[in-house]
Amino acid sequence: MNQDAAVSPPVQTRNNILHIQGLTKVFGGLRAVSNFEIDLYEHDLVGLIGPNGAGKTTVFNMITGVYVPTEGQILFRNQDITGFEPFEINHLGIARTFQNIRLFPNLTVLDNVRIAYHPHAGYNLIDAFLHNAKYQRLEKELTERTQEFLAVFNLVDRQGEIAKNLPYGEQRRLEIARALAAEPKLLLLDEPAAGMNPSEISELMELIHFIRERFNLTILLIEHQMRVVMGICERITVMDFGEVIASGNPQEIQSNPRVIEAYLGPGAAALSEKFRRKKPL
Amino acid sequence: MKIDRNIAVFFGIALVIFIVIQVAISFELLTNFITLILLQAGVMAIVSLGLNLIYGFNGQFSLGQWGFYAIGAYTAADITYRFTNDNSAIALLVILFAVGFSGLGILLLNQLLGKVRSVDPLSAFTLYLLMTILAVVIAINAAIALDPAVSSLLQSLPADLALQIVFFLSVLLGGFVAAEISFLFGLPVLTLGSDYFGIATLGFTIIVKVLLDNSDTMLGFVEMKGARGMVGIPKITTWAWVSFFLLMTIVITRNLLHSSHGRALVSVREDEIAAKAMGINVAAFKNTAFVLGSFFAGIAGSLYAHINGFLHPETFNFIKSFDPMIIVVFGGLGSVTGTVLASFLWALILEIVLRLFLPQGFETWRFVIYPLLLLIMMLLKPKGLFGGFEFLYLRQMLPAIPERLKQKLVGKNQSSNPDVPSPQEAVQ
Repeated sequence: MNQDAAVSPPVQTRNNILHIQGLTKVFGGLRAVSNFEIDLYEHDLVGLIGPNGAGKTTVFNMITGVYVPTEGQILFRNQDITGFEPFEINHLGIARTFQNIRLFPNLTVLDNVRIAYHPHAGYNLIDAFLHNAKYQRLEKELTERTQEFLAVFNLVDRQGEIAKNLPYGEQRRLEIARALAAEPKLLLLDEPAAGMNPSEISELMELIHFIRERFNLTILLIEHQMRVVMGICERITVMDFGEVIASGNPQEIQSNPRVIEAYLGPGAAALSEKFRRKKPL
Repeated sequence: MKIDRNIAVFFGIALVIFIVIQVAISFELLTNFITLILLQAGVMAIVSLGLNLIYGFNGQFSLGQWGFYAIGAYTAADITYRFTNDNSAIALLVILFAVGFSGLGILLLNQLLGKVRSVDPLSAFTLYLLMTILAVVIAINAAIALDPAVSSLLQSLPADLALQIVFFLSVLLGGFVAAEISFLFGLPVLTLGSDYFGIATLGFTIIVKVLLDNSDTMLGFVEMKGARGMVGIPKITTWAWVSFFLLMTIVITRNLLHSSHGRALVSVREDEIAAKAMGINVAAFKNTAFVLGSFFAGIAGSLYAHINGFLHPETFNFIKSFDPMIIVVFGGLGSVTGTVLASFLWALILEIVLRLFLPQGFETWRFVIYPLLLLIMMLLKPKGLFGGFEFLYLRQMLPAIPERLKQKLVGKNQSSNPDVPSPQEAVQ
């Protein structure tokens, strides 16, 4: 089922990309996330799952700087990024997509991706006012880079389309393309398969594998579609009520009684055990 | 370099319009009244372009534009008033130095604060404010020292030329003063959400108006004469000056919008959270748009002050602050073409056509007709006259797809993509 895990070199020999420990977020009296910890190594593809309200998106928001953690530490490539502004975290090399697609709806496909290139534009406001030679050169370079990038995602013939008019699957693809434009090291995908039909999901899984190889990415993924999670993730971390209740490879997670309980309610683990004995896999 | 056809056509049309109106004015084909309306419309176009940048492109609902317009007007008026009536360049020098020093200070402090992490907006604001006050104190002393020399230098020039030079500088300085005040005001206030920002800027406009009402007592500028209105400002604004500054405003706005910085500015309007996640410094871009928009307002105010030679605080009443808002919404949010055309329509229709059709006492009906037009507009065309449409040179052209990518594209359509593994492989 999971050949990728066997192919990738063992965890210890790869560089640590993301190290989180003791991460806690309190909203008023609610502990949305408590004592969360995770370790990601270069080229990892890790899933983060859990029932609704478990605090998965809150974790994402803390990694990307939208929320400031109440406690705990986030190290990205051995640099403490706790409390950084979202745009600074993006500049360091963490990109994300959103649960409900957040494109720039009234702009063209081309402009959506060109905006993500802005931190690398290389000319200042005065050059922009004057449209001088430096602007002409760098703007042309930026546009060509964007078009090449769109070609990788099969979107270049759509460059003039307004983003909100694209079909759902292509919007998702554009959002991933936009996130990757700034050449991040770590990509956070928040429920990329939400609202997709089976054939779109297959395309998405292809795409995730493809970008991971092509851009040498480390990916952390939140997903509810078990087909996606179990199909592509090498390791899975499960959250419930803001806490990590299990982590391991897909087989371990599928048979973990605490995970089954979290998803199906107390007593479900025993039932599942009975079911398993009757119909051996 | 080859000149693009669109650029040639645009500047050609602009030149023709300018010359036709200029000729009509020079040969007195237009009445004085209509000339004034045209100047007023051009000034309105500059203010509205500034507001369009803030509201239409950056998405910040601002009612402060009229306050910055007032600041620009009184600043420029004070410079030329003192020059013509007292024969002294003191106001020019004080403001020139104050703007220069505090501008440099702001840039330096900006660099410095960029290096220090987590300075909250209010502390930053306090630092900038202290720095500005220091800059102004230094500027006043420097100006007093240099005044005799510069005054005599200006007097040695032909009187007309000297006045035009002082006027040109005063218009720019009016813009810079408005821009720097908007920078200081924007630092804490732009952290507010959209609606709260609107209320705060409305408050700003009211404060400016009240200060101008009492400018002779509270601020100590005797020549502004407070609520009685400032008289004796030279009437220098001509159609040529208005056209020049309007064209500059259009070109700068257009150039900005067609650059990476412009796209980042628009991304803030489209989705703030996504913009942040894409590495856009949202706070800095909000401030950039606000400062540039206020700069245009200040320039427009300076031009306005020299049309009638008379300024009254009642002109800068907050009710009037809705005029540029109406024009921007009417012309189409995020359309430079729409804003310019709507400004001229606004002046021509409301001031000339309605004056012909409506009997005496039309002024009272104006505030019924404005909102009514806006209401009808919102119902029929919620995007405004030119929502999203741009004329020739102003339009953003889609770059051609390079040949090499096109060929790849054709290849991809014929056979399935070889780079990507098939779904079965991926799932397994």
